[in-house]
Amino acid sequence: MKSPLENITIAEAIKGLRNYNFSSVELTTACLEAIDDASGLNAFCHISSDIALDQARDADLRIAAGEDSPMCGVPMGIKDLFCTEEVPTQVSSRILEGFVPKYESTVTHKLRQAGTVMLGKLNMDEFAMGSSTEHSVHGPTVNPWRANGSTNAYTPGGSSGGSASAVAADLCMAALGTDTGGSIRQPAAFSGIVGMKPTYGRCSRWGIVAFASSLDQAGPMTKTVTDSAILLQTISGFDPKDSTSSRKPVADYVSMLDGDIRGKKIGIPREYRIEGMPVDIDKMWMEGGEILRSLGAQTVDISLPHTQYALPVYYVIAPAEASSNLARYDGVRYGYRAKLKKGEGILDMYEKTRAEGFGEEVKRRVMIGAYVLSQGFYEAYYRRAQRVRTLIKQDFETAFQNGIDAILTPTTPSSAFQIGEIEDSDPIRMYLNDVFTVTVNLAGLPGVSLPAKLDSSGLPLGLQLIGRPWEEGDLLNCAFALEKTLNFNKKPEKWWKKA
Amino acid sequence: MTIDVEKARKAAQLARIRVSDEELPKIAKSLSTILTFMESLNEVEVEGVEPMTSVSPMQLEQRPDKASSGDRNLIMSNAPDKREGFYVVPKVVE
Repeated sequence: MKSPLENITIAEAIKGLRNYNFSSVELTTACLEAIDDASGLNAFCHISSDIALDQARDADLRIAAGEDSPMCGVPMGIKDLFCTEEVPTQVSSRILEGFVPKYESTVTHKLRQAGTVMLGKLNMDEFAMGSSTEHSVHGPTVNPWRANGSTNAYTPGGSSGGSASAVAADLCMAALGTDTGGSIRQPAAFSGIVGMKPTYGRCSRWGIVAFASSLDQAGPMTKTVTDSAILLQTISGFDPKDSTSSRKPVADYVSMLDGDIRGKKIGIPREYRIEGMPVDIDKMWMEGGEILRSLGAQTVDISLPHTQYALPVYYVIAPAEASSNLARYDGVRYGYRAKLKKGEGILDMYEKTRAEGFGEEVKRRVMIGAYVLSQGFYEAYYRRAQRVRTLIKQDFETAFQNGIDAILTPTTPSSAFQIGEIEDSDPIRMYLNDVFTVTVNLAGLPGVSLPAKLDSSGLPLGLQLIGRPWEEGDLLNCAFALEKTLNFNKKPEKWWKKA
Repeated sequence: MTIDVEKARKAAQLARIRVSDEELPKIAKSLSTILTFMESLNEVEVEGVEPMTSVSPMQLEQRPDKASSGDRNLIMSNAPDKREGFYVVPKVVE
């Protein structure tokens, strides 16, 4: 039996569209049907069928006219953190209820220009704060994967959980995610797909709803490393609207994927071997190192001594930046405004709007952020965290100066957990999901997670490769080599399909 | 660091988030947990370490200081309450 159209990769779609094996309209229609069939996963929070079909028709004409943009006609899903013109953008929050941007984020604009098709917006943790996609006004997203013999619902991780679930379930060729502390890589690992966070400044942040501006980056979530390279190429580059985006030239990432990693030095950081790490994960990590050696790379035991402080640093800096960024939600210019009683003033309006508009985790972080920035605590918390952040970055710089080309770690300390398993009253336990990914954001480095194997319960595990700043091409090539040998070609059973 | 009810009230006020007296003990508890978690940073020797204020060493790009769009209707199209081209808010001055 021929496999359904929506199951293919970006690279296969590009080939098929160019050879007229199928049209973008056919491909888009197949995806829209798959999305409709997978409503139980709750991956999409807004489906833009009309726009998608218009874009697909347009893409077919462009391809027929000899369009050379490779992504033309490829259907994608977009995390609901990206502002999309005339398409609701709500970041899973009540406070942006009814918000319809009149502008397009730079990254999604680049995708539009390239001729990609936008199927809709993908569910996420509110304001990208979370590791499970449970904290959403649209309800939780479900992971297409579940443990052997289980019919319980597992989280796809977060915050880009809708993106991960949609790609893993073949609802779209690829998706855009964002990563502030692991929000692309952790869900990619939980869902058996590839997820990449580029170097800070590689992609414009303009038009992405801000969470923590010194950490946020957009990136690809795809079925293969090659697809991540294609997508990264499309969304990277300088943007005058984002003063932190870089003018460094964007390499031809796809052409750099030759799988030759002979002579590369791969660091294995000893501080990532944490207490209580599941045997399956430790084993996967060791096997990853063996594969790299078998391909001619050298693995080196390295030390990143400040690793244990990364999470506490992150949970000072990210909430501090969030409390400042989220100050704009005041009920005046856009979004939700609380109903006021007679005689209530502007302060009541601010406080009630924010109390009713934000969910519990967002409120918690905004309050923590306001607290660590307040008079008398700024030096003790925020300033100190910024100093330790310098030390964390220096750990990586030292490793790279010693000739390390990339660093291999597990992506997460566990496989996917069940929806509701981690209680709201235990924020630290949820935060620990990011223990291996958050260092990369603090140091502004590129990192990629790729699916390695299934654990003993049948859930996917991911390996993370961390690269030198601005060297996404080399990093992706290393991931490409590893991917080829790992040969993870497993798919979840499509149990969610309506009969 | 423990956050008592009064400090939690202060944090909520700074954040401009209305909380009821009944919610405060729970908020105080979860803020305490998070702040305790941050305390390990006190072990780190940071004497002489510069705070990290930018991610990559680069000159920030500047652009001309002029409005990029002046379409008031477009700008105000998402306002919860507007009249005659202005945002409407409760009375600020008596």
